Amino acid sequence: MGVKVYGPTMSTCTARVLLCLEEMGAEYELVPVNLSIGEHKQPAHLARNPFGQVPAFEDGALMLHESRAIARYVLRKYKISGADLLKEGSLEESAMVDVWLEVEAHQFDPAIAPIFFQIFILPMIGGVPDQTVIDTNLEKLCKVLDIYEARLCKTKYLAGDFFSLADLSHVPLLHYFMGTPHASVVYSRPHVKAWWEAVSSRPACKKVTSVMPGSA
Amino acid sequence: MSTNTVRVVATLNEKGLDYELVPVDLRTGAHKQPSFLALNPFGQIPVLDDGDIVLFESRAISRYIASEYKETGPDLLRSGGGSAETAALEVWLEVESQQFGPPIADLVFELSIKPLLGGTTDPAVVEKQAEKLGKVLDVYEERLSKNKYLAGDHYTLADLHHMPYTFYLMATPQAKLVTSRPSVLAWWHDISARPAWKKTAASIPI
Repeated sequence: MGVKVYGPTMSTCTARVLLCLEEMGAEYELVPVNLSIGEHKQPAHLARNPFGQVPAFEDGALMLHESRAIARYVLRKYKISGADLLKEGSLEESAMVDVWLEVEAHQFDPAIAPIFFQIFILPMIGGVPDQTVIDTNLEKLCKVLDIYEARLCKTKYLAGDFFSLADLSHVPLLHYFMGTPHASVVYSRPHVKAWWEAVSSRPACKKVTSVMPGSA
Repeated sequence: MSTNTVRVVATLNEKGLDYELVPVDLRTGAHKQPSFLALNPFGQIPVLDDGDIVLFESRAISRYIASEYKETGPDLLRSGGGSAETAALEVWLEVESQQFGPPIADLVFELSIKPLLGGTTDPAVVEKQAEKLGKVLDVYEERLSKNKYLAGDHYTLADLHHMPYTFYLMATPQAKLVTSRPSVLAWWHDISARPAWKKTAASIPI
């Protein structure tokens, strides 16, 4: 029996898991979850993800939630046939992957997620984007991207000269962000721009983002 | 000691390791000086300097310590464990980071840290974050009613990551969020009675 991912294709966290599966060339089934009718808060989904969020992930008797935890599970499970995106064979390399994964979760995501919410989600639920929120978070994001620019001057990818989950984890939100006029904050930073172009042109990234709304 | 620094110290103590704690005085802005930014470009504590490698982000540091010293002391990452236990460990590490962390950090800041900095606790923030944390802890209550620890039968890094902020919360009136949930309370009693934690707690100035 194959693995299953529960979630909508437009969900950034669901995409994070799909990216890992695609990078590893794994077979999987994507089971849609309809957020607009509150399916994620129904008992069937709460049994998979007690926080009522997407994605959830099923591998036989194992049911997982939290996309970054699922990502680690997938990358370990398929490591033999796929690439090594966690570098767990090297203490130093895996430590750098973990550092930049934490940076993605605790520095990058808190700045970019509110912008994504204002521009993409609010209008879908009948709200109006708040430009002050966008501007405040753009300023935060620019400070984070300045640090990324300095980092990527020294290394080809975030954890080192190797592509890893740390880079991949940025793709879903950045994909949406790069479809907005604010993409200029990436384009104006040459090393961040080059890094984004390298990451987003990977076949797995192109395949997953092509089914997310707002693709070019 | 900041809560995130406590996370790292707690891991070092669980492993019975010696370390040097180098104070960084946030009140003088030491963390924003070039010499510190060279260690952590985000200008935050803690930083781990382990000779050849300098790391920041407390959860990455604690994972590094648990990996490097996996043969010493308790096996906090369950490296010898089955894949179900390891998968659960990773889930609850992320749950701490994404679900538990944000509301409890806001609550502890509002109740314990802000007054120390000369500010006034905002009851509206406390009420909102307490409600959020309560809903999260309902999920923990369910989990811990079936499992002694978050990943299963053994104490792991997933449990440890919760301890610094929970310790601070238990010294506030919002401790009731824990004391009103019997399985969560039993878990807290168990993990906070660990000798390594008692050593860590003794060095926290509250």
